[in-house]
Parts: sequence; structure tokens; C-alpha cells
Amino acid sequence: MVHFSAEEKTAVTSLWGKVNVEEAGGEALGRLLVVYPWTQRFFDNFGNLSSASAIMGNPKVKAHGKKVLTSFGDAIKNMDNLKGAFAKLSELHCDKLHVDPENFRLLGNVLVIILASHFGKEFTPSVQAAWQKLVAGVATALAHKYH
Amino acid sequence: MVLSAADRAAVRALWRKLGNNVGIYATEALERTFTAFPTTKTYFAHFDLSPGSAQVKAHGKKVADALTTAVAHMDDLPGALSALSDLHAHQLRVDPVNFKFLGHCLLVTLARHYPGDFGPAMHASLDKFLSHVISALASSYG
Repeated sequence: MVHFSAEEKTAVTSLWGKVNVEEAGGEALGRLLVVYPWTQRFFDNFGNLSSASAIMGNPKVKAHGKKVLTSFGDAIKNMDNLKGAFAKLSELHCDKLHVDPENFRLLGNVLVIILASHFGKEFTPSVQAAWQKLVAGVATALAHKYH
Repeated sequence: MVLSAADRAAVRALWRKLGNNVGIYATEALERTFTAFPTTKTYFAHFDLSPGSAQVKAHGKKVADALTTAVAHMDDLPGALSALSDLHAHQLRVDPVNFKFLGHCLLVTLARHYPGDFGPAMHASLDKFLSHVISALASSYG
């Protein structure tokens, strides 16, 4: 089980409070689909994904990105029990959505990069480290129920 | 996954912008790697890894020079990086998984310092370029 120190929790929650979840979610999912185009395999019914600008402007991508990042916000409220918090979602991603957990790691790293670009100087190495720990913990929790 | 002409142009353009600061950013990327991925420190037990370390700075310069070489030889990365690949494989014996950690932290560093230049298309081109560099670095292994 991942353990977060008080400093790590502060590093995460203080930044999260300033994140526009709707915008960041759309950006994160969009960049995932642009940078790692094979991830588009899960979104055949999303319409136009033919170029970077089409993807970033696609309303379904934005909406789904918001959904994903809102759920991520739940992780931040449950940093001491990520596996419990994501148990149901883990089953869903395995049994219904059939998503390779590697994708969770890719999305986590994209999110870290977006935070770096938004927060600049504030995104110090130790703040980044806390976030890497969180995204790794979320990815592991989401993969936990796979069979 | 091939480096298109657009990818190469994007990487070259950003590198021109970085100018003489590549060393500074490579050093920051190393610091981020050691902090966020502590297992990477196992290869640097002989280094002073405290903030501002001269050894880390010197190493950052080496990494920067290698990346600049890579940018200048995007049409033949395996050739340009073969000596470095031999070094990492046979002498330093660094597990290639660690190249990905440094690559990621380099992207984080560039996003942090050049947010306006780090749109999705540039992000994609840089990610591809670094993947090719990593591939070339890992080519002498095994």
C-alpha cells in the first residue's frame, strides 16, 4: 500500500485546489490521444480524431477527459486507500472496457507534464515526486482487480 | 513510429530556442529523475546528489551534449549514439528502463520552462524523438 507523507499530501492537494478539472481533463486525454495514437483504439465512436487540433477540440474528448479527471479528484480525497477507492473502476476497466493498465501509466505521466506546464516554478522536483507517486498509485489501484 | 520531417523540424526549432541552456535543463531533468524515481540513484552512489551538486551539473552537461548530438543526427541516431550505447550497455550497465524516467523528466522540465511552446504536437514530436534516442541507446544491449 502506498503511504504519503504529510508533505506529499500537501504538495498534491495544494496544487489540485488550483486545477481547472474540466480544462485539464480535456487537455490530458487529448494529449494522450495525440502523443500515443494507439490509445485512440478505445475511442472509435468519438468522431474526428484525425489531427492534433481535431483531437484537442473534440467535444467528446473534452467531456470524457473531464469525467476521468473528476474521478482522479476522488483519488486525492482517498490517498490512504487508493485500492479501495478504485476497486469498482478497476473491475470496470478490466471486465467491460478491456483497457491495458499501461494506458493508466501513460495518462498519469501526461497529467504530470500538463501540471508542469501550468504551474511552472511551483512544480519543483519534490512536488513532481509527490505527483509521480500519486499517479503510480492510481495506476496500480486501477490495475489491482485485473484478472 | 518514424520521425517525420515535421517532427524533426519541431525538435530542431525548440533546440535552437534552448540555445546555450540545454545543460541547465538536462541538469534539472536529472535532479527531477533522482527525486521522483529514487531507484535511479543506485547508479550514482559515488555522486553527491544534494541540490546544486557540481557533479550532477557536470553530468547534466554530458547529457546535454549527447542530446544536442542526437538532434544534429536525427537521420542516423543508432550510428551517432553507438559509442554511448556501448558505454551504457557494457561499462555502466544501466538498465534501459531508466532512460524512460530521464526522458519523461526532460519533457517535464521543458514543459515547465517553455509552456507556450509545449503544445500537443510539439509534445508528440519530442516524445517520439526521445523514444528514438532511447532505442538507439539501448541498441547495444544483450
